[in-house]
Amino acid sequence: MSFVTNLKCRECGQDYPIKPLHVCETCFGPLEVIYDYAKIRAAVSRAAIEKRPHNLWRYRELLPAEGEPDIGPNSGFTPLVHAKRLGAELGLKNLYIKDDTVNHPTLSYKDRVVSVSIAKARDFGFQVVSCASTGNLATAVAAHAARAGLQCFIFMPEGVETGKIVGSTIYGAKVITIRGNYDDVNRLCSEIADKYGWAFVNINLRPYYTEGAKTFGFEVAEQLGWRLPDHIVVPTAGGTILPKVAKAFKEFKEVGLIKSGDFKIHTAQAAGSAPVIHALHKGVDLITPVKPNTIAKSIAIGNPADGFYVLRAVRDSGGWGEAATDAEIVDAIKLLAHTEGIFAEPAGGTTLAVTLKLLNQGRIKRDETIVVSITGNGYKTLEAVAGSIEQPSVIEARLKEFDALYERLVGGKRAAAGAA
Amino acid sequence: MAVRVRVPTPLRRFTAGVDEVPAEGASLKAVIDDLERRHPGIRERLLDDKGEIRRFVNIYLNGDDVRFLDQLNSKVKDGDDISIVPAIAGGR
Repeated sequence: MSFVTNLKCRECGQDYPIKPLHVCETCFGPLEVIYDYAKIRAAVSRAAIEKRPHNLWRYRELLPAEGEPDIGPNSGFTPLVHAKRLGAELGLKNLYIKDDTVNHPTLSYKDRVVSVSIAKARDFGFQVVSCASTGNLATAVAAHAARAGLQCFIFMPEGVETGKIVGSTIYGAKVITIRGNYDDVNRLCSEIADKYGWAFVNINLRPYYTEGAKTFGFEVAEQLGWRLPDHIVVPTAGGTILPKVAKAFKEFKEVGLIKSGDFKIHTAQAAGSAPVIHALHKGVDLITPVKPNTIAKSIAIGNPADGFYVLRAVRDSGGWGEAATDAEIVDAIKLLAHTEGIFAEPAGGTTLAVTLKLLNQGRIKRDETIVVSITGNGYKTLEAVAGSIEQPSVIEARLKEFDALYERLVGGKRAAAGAA
Repeated sequence: MAVRVRVPTPLRRFTAGVDEVPAEGASLKAVIDDLERRHPGIRERLLDDKGEIRRFVNIYLNGDDVRFLDQLNSKVKDGDDISIVPAIAGGR
């Protein structure tokens, strides 16, 4: 059974029924799913959750789907990696990587939000699911729709790379490119959602979609042994995940799965698309949109719909935020790959680069527990780092050539180390 | 200046269900005032109590977010397209 009671406007508090609604009719504020926490408190336990399958539905009491959800049976419950080598490099004992590079089936955090919104699309009886996206969201919607047996339409601005179109079309989704920019695409999608009655995962199913992001936070807390980290660093694009991670931590306390504990939540943006960081540093609530220009495409949103809630969650927790330049992002991607064997997309490089800044600023103490949120996989964004990696050596297929090359590459080091 | 304004679903109860309505004015602010005369109640949905565009409302003038133009003071010409769109959540 579901413990959901209603939807509520986050701005003016007006109540709405559980329907495919996403904005308040009075003030256009976003709608939020409301639960009966007292009932949940009586119904959940750590032991019951621990016995469940390793997917995001193990926290089903705190998610808005009805019945036994079968969407995303392998999504979520990604590794929380104790990053010992990276930690040693930075002088940290308790550094963890929450690794959504291996989320199933499309290798990003979007498998979480899309699992929940498609489960909800089925609850509501939609036959067609859709979104506007060129990246992680598009592939996640296309893949989950295929498995759910729903028709899928993906909208993209014209001129996107072939690879992005393949990433959705391969799952049987119909891809439509629009002559215009991303804003044009989003505007058209709002209108299509209205007229055709389709489920746009992040438009008319937005309240349910965003709830899926909580599972990232639930898992971190459970995987740390049912406690909260001292710090968690989360990237911001549209502003979905960060406030929901903060909500997840608070809900675990609310329903008694965690006794107590404070956390600081920090955010990261790419310097070429950092409207939330600008507002945070200026100490204002008003987020002035920017025109994004960064290699971190998956978080390049210049006008983040939920940016205000990011600011509020960060400030409420005593956290902070910084922006990372494209060069810093690439360096951090390499650092994570070299030390932990995890290849993150630029959003992950952004988050790690910002974590380093927060350490250097003394905002994170070296003996505290720190979680770095890695939300997408670097194999999808090879072009972002291809120009800044070491080029391979080329030799003829002769042992002598290799001997000479090896001497050039590591001869000096070998002599210094006294190896055979 | 006569312009066309595209109205999103949550506001169509003010426009008798119509998705595109005419309005007049030399600036965006004047257009919104004119919309209010034709469809009483709609201005309050678009502007907060300080008279600024609400946080979750995006207004596009010929496809450009007016926050990149001159906000409510953005100049409007004959035949311009104005589109009102709720903010869209989620990433790419």
